[in-house]
Amino acid sequence: MSQVTQRSVWRAPALTWRWWPVFRRNWLVWKKLAIPSLVGNIAEPLMWLVAFGYGMGALVGRVTVDGVQVPYILFLASGSICMSAMNAASFEALYSAFSRMHVQKTWDGIMNAPVNLDDIVLAEMLWAAFKAIFTVTAILGVMLALGISYSPKLLVAWPVLLGVGITFSCVALIFNALAKGYDFFTYYFTLFLTPMMFLSGIFFPLEQLPPVVRAISQGLPLTNAVALVRPLFMDQWPADWLRPLAVLATYAGLGFWVALALTRKRFRA
Amino acid sequence: MPIMPESILSVQHLVKRYGEATVVSDLSFAIAPGECLGVIGPNGAGKTTTIRMCLGLTVPDEGTVTAFGLQMPHDALAIKAQLGVVSQMDTLDPDFDCAENLLVYGRYFGLKDAQIRERIPSLLAFASLSAKAHAKPGELSGGMKRRLSLARALVNNPRLLLLDEPTTGLDPQARHLMWERLQLLLQEGKSILLTTHFMDEAERLCHRLLVVDHGKKIAEGAPRDLIRQYLEPEVVEVFGIGALALADTPLKALAARVELSGETVFFYTGDAKPLLPALAAHPQLRTLHRPANLEDLFLKLTGRQIREDA
Repeated sequence: MSQVTQRSVWRAPALTWRWWPVFRRNWLVWKKLAIPSLVGNIAEPLMWLVAFGYGMGALVGRVTVDGVQVPYILFLASGSICMSAMNAASFEALYSAFSRMHVQKTWDGIMNAPVNLDDIVLAEMLWAAFKAIFTVTAILGVMLALGISYSPKLLVAWPVLLGVGITFSCVALIFNALAKGYDFFTYYFTLFLTPMMFLSGIFFPLEQLPPVVRAISQGLPLTNAVALVRPLFMDQWPADWLRPLAVLATYAGLGFWVALALTRKRFRA
Repeated sequence: MPIMPESILSVQHLVKRYGEATVVSDLSFAIAPGECLGVIGPNGAGKTTTIRMCLGLTVPDEGTVTAFGLQMPHDALAIKAQLGVVSQMDTLDPDFDCAENLLVYGRYFGLKDAQIRERIPSLLAFASLSAKAHAKPGELSGGMKRRLSLARALVNNPRLLLLDEPTTGLDPQARHLMWERLQLLLQEGKSILLTTHFMDEAERLCHRLLVVDHGKKIAEGAPRDLIRQYLEPEVVEVFGIGALALADTPLKALAARVELSGETVFFYTGDAKPLLPALAAHPQLRTLHRPANLEDLFLKLTGRQIREDA
């Protein structure tokens, strides 16, 4: 009898172009609901922006970033857009991906066709990143209309925010792979994403944090996203772009690898 | 056992264990082109695991799966390009109407939109869903959903269909329509691997049957041959108050074999003529004289006990 060697779930991703029809499937569903979903996606970040930016902004006045004084609304907008990218990607890669994977068994149906799991995970990752960049684009539009920033470097911020979406969808897919039900995602949001919101220099400068917390903050993906995006909103190039970029790329790369391994494990029954 | 060159799918010595439990144990079979092979067995017999291994979704601990001259799991995508699958649970997309379900599924095979769109009307017609092209799965009956799943499995014009309990949960009308469609596919020359709980379905559709229990093959052959091989040709069922007591009367000698199940006594015999007048002396009992069928075979081979763990 031939003994079959079980391939490790940690093997390298085997990716092909078959991720594209899976991505298109999500696109086709979303197209039917795009407008209501757009309202939902941008209403909340805008409320934060208006309430805090104009409300708090009136109390705070200007904030110093890298020795430059900027209006609080600009400070907040450049941070909160990273948060929006994070939230949009995370929601899609958790609740929506889980519905497709576990509840509707869409992935099982797809795997009966010549599409492998690696391509499905890649498609879901890119789809969640697409949802993030879509939300970001809509919010950027509103920010332009409000005249918060007219920096031409926003054109560079846009692909950077796509990268932020990719990073957070990779990390979220790890938790998708581990989830038994939707309740599990509440932990991810309350224990991981929400604290990160307050530790990443979105609402107040990192200088306000105690040194230990600040050191932790430097390792968080959201802090590094803000470090790249905020200067671009201020029409400046980030003083140190290599390190934050490397941190985000590490989270994305490792995140995708771990997410894929755990998803393979989940489906290996 | 050498791989038959003419077989379209060949499974050799498959073994699958989950921890201590062996779910599939040294299972081998092959399907010839145009053949419908039925796999029957109680719940938990390893039927679905076997299908999953044929699809490369579950990696066997031992053994090989070969299809169209290609090897699983190495050539999984090339094999699946020629397969059509209807799984036990519908995996239709609830957000798409019937036509969109077919379109989106065809794309997974790398088919061009124009190609798929050209096929959609005939696929819907085949599934008797032409009028429902723009209805979503949530608006369809159970039978319609299964037929849409079948149509979806045909989108790539597969050579071999793997159908895991395709009619479970359907009413008789829906089941008969499904059978008729599967017969049409066989006439077109497609091969089918079918798992089922319904013995009438197995007898009608399958050229050959595999009876599996506890992951092992316990019988294999054409339905009629299996019945001839394992059973007496005639059965007299007797039920009603006091029926069970008959098993201990001289009537027993008039049958080759007697079995009890619930409230019913089964007399298996080569010739029921002496038995029937003797039973007439018990007018309070109801009797049914019939030829032995697959269900008798199935129960003889796998036992009449309900399995608590299944």
